[in-house]
Amino acid sequence: MLHLIKFKYNNEHTLIIIFIKMNLSESQRVTIEEHVETFLKKPGALLPLMHAIQDSLGYIPEDSYPIISAAFNLSIAEIHGFVTFYHHFRTSPSGKNILQVCRAESCQSMGSEGIESYCKKVLGIDYHETSKDGAITLEPVYCLGNCACSPSVMMNDKVIGRITPEKIDNIIKAAK
Amino acid sequence: MAYKIYIPIDSTALSLGANDVFEAISAEAQKRQINLNIVRNGSRGLFWLEPLVEVETEKGRVAFGPVSTNDVEKLFDNEFFLGREGELFLGLTDELSWLKNQERLTFARVGITDPLDIADYEKHSGFKGLKNAIKLEPQLIVKEVADSGLRGRGGAAFPTGIKWQTVLDTPSKTKYIVCNADEGDSGTFSDRMIMENDPFVLIEGMIIAGMAVGAEYGYIYLRSEYPDAQHVLNKAIKIAKEKGYLGSNILGSGYNFDLEVTRAAGAYICGEETSLLESLEGKRGMVRYKPPLPAIEGLYGKPTVVNNVITLATVPIIMDKGALFYADFGMGRSKGTLPIQLAGNLKQTGLIEKAFGISLKELLYDFGGGSFTGKPIKAVQVGGPLGAFLPEAQFDTPLDYEKFSEINAVVGHGGIVAFDDATDMAKMARYSFEFCAIESCGKCTPCRIGSTRGMEVIDKIKEGVDQDKNEQLLRDLGETMVNGSLCAMGGMTPFPVISALNFFPKDFGLEKKETSA
Repeated sequence: MLHLIKFKYNNEHTLIIIFIKMNLSESQRVTIEEHVETFLKKPGALLPLMHAIQDSLGYIPEDSYPIISAAFNLSIAEIHGFVTFYHHFRTSPSGKNILQVCRAESCQSMGSEGIESYCKKVLGIDYHETSKDGAITLEPVYCLGNCACSPSVMMNDKVIGRITPEKIDNIIKAAK
Repeated sequence: MAYKIYIPIDSTALSLGANDVFEAISAEAQKRQINLNIVRNGSRGLFWLEPLVEVETEKGRVAFGPVSTNDVEKLFDNEFFLGREGELFLGLTDELSWLKNQERLTFARVGITDPLDIADYEKHSGFKGLKNAIKLEPQLIVKEVADSGLRGRGGAAFPTGIKWQTVLDTPSKTKYIVCNADEGDSGTFSDRMIMENDPFVLIEGMIIAGMAVGAEYGYIYLRSEYPDAQHVLNKAIKIAKEKGYLGSNILGSGYNFDLEVTRAAGAYICGEETSLLESLEGKRGMVRYKPPLPAIEGLYGKPTVVNNVITLATVPIIMDKGALFYADFGMGRSKGTLPIQLAGNLKQTGLIEKAFGISLKELLYDFGGGSFTGKPIKAVQVGGPLGAFLPEAQFDTPLDYEKFSEINAVVGHGGIVAFDDATDMAKMARYSFEFCAIESCGKCTPCRIGSTRGMEVIDKIKEGVDQDKNEQLLRDLGETMVNGSLCAMGGMTPFPVISALNFFPKDFGLEKKETSA
């Protein structure tokens, strides 16, 4: 499959033609190209670019690498290396919600181990997995800065302190 | 007449339901037709009492807490908005012993003001430091910071004045100010509190740093786990720009400075300054060799000041009140104050800003009130996951960079996590290695391989396999990592491990007498 990718750089049109089989949907491809264009001239673009892609699509499809590679003159290996270095970035879709359980010392001192195993048990999954109904992806996290009210979890963008199994039940119920 | 009420918007207060309390109080006030003027302030840092609701009275602000939505009706029945005594009434906020016994310099405004009200900021001495700095030659700003004795509050405690002097003395058309806001250490939240509760003080500190060293652009490298801080900072930067504090020709001074927030992506190692710079440049956060120092070749090879949030946020008060005022606090070579964070298994947790010199004992028992679970405190970890575990025998140690260093411990970023006597210290030591294995950038062998081998050796000791031999192996491995690692990640992971081994050998299944400090 032929993909024609066009970027405007320094007011000149650069045509980049790549042959690759891509499984991106048309809308995903357009979104990625728009973000690439936004950050093309920004120094240190890769970090904000990857955030923008993940914020829009929920993950960073590996099929986006050739587009980014062509635009930034980086090898696909370099882009793979970048994305996989950072725990925050994912290369496959998550569930509808992401539940992060803090594993760091302060939460451990207040019994986070019990919270971890409770979450795994009730969701029937391990870390980095998604519940069967697709409602929740479970992730470990190392400190949410809520150490004064340990143990803590983060549901999407919301931190919940002094977490208990009952509070976990409520979070899961609300997510379904 | 509207009654003035304060309900915090700090994310720990929110994590305990402050927004629900805000909504319940607003709804109840409407129902009873009582006119309230509700300010969403920062947190006072008494987190065990959050959500802490304050009411303005003639005598000052009085506090109620911890307030839950179930308490709201009762509060109104008792006309709490008049500051009347009753259920959950705590008295005048400023008279609470937790706050009364502090020396709040960097945190002077935190919890008092509305974080995004720039007029409120100015009213509380905001931008006074900046206005003083504008009148000074860059060299004199650097001298003032050097004379204050301020040292890097991120953990390394390097003298800020020397770092700034190096950047000032390195000729370059382009220089940068980078704020390290990748606060990943467990038990720490003072950076987050500054960014969420008093963002303008960080912006002011960065502008002054730019003027001092000749930099016109700054980055705040913010961890992705802090979305609330990101929203507040972005709004604060926008407001500061509108008011002429950022941009070109700041307040007519001829200085230019602008800054942006860069969101990190969950790698602990990026709190290490060279790894942070790599990440900002759009690369994997691999640690760089030093030298060259970032002050000489930093971001994109240009001279760069990399300072922690608290360091930069402390500069405005130094420039406002003078180096000597600040240096008057503290002990020995640890000048000024430290925002200490009490966390983990303690009854009373939160933020305490104190002059250096206070002992752990005072912090854990006088401020902290002992353990949350009511059991004896077995150990504390000071300075994050790379800090040593200290047993009770060392609780008399005063908080001072040098005194801590004498006992192979670190003050670090001032975070203190307490553990009760149900804690298995061998498990904690194993976790230190596990964390290092997960977060190592992989550039140097001692850290990349040593962390995994370390877990295996601890497992063997606990299983009783060749205990003497493996204990020696663990100590050798620790020494190799301390001396052979490129940065503090591998170089300090042995601190918690070996301290746990020294003070709590029984937890490792070693039948020896517990050694004393």
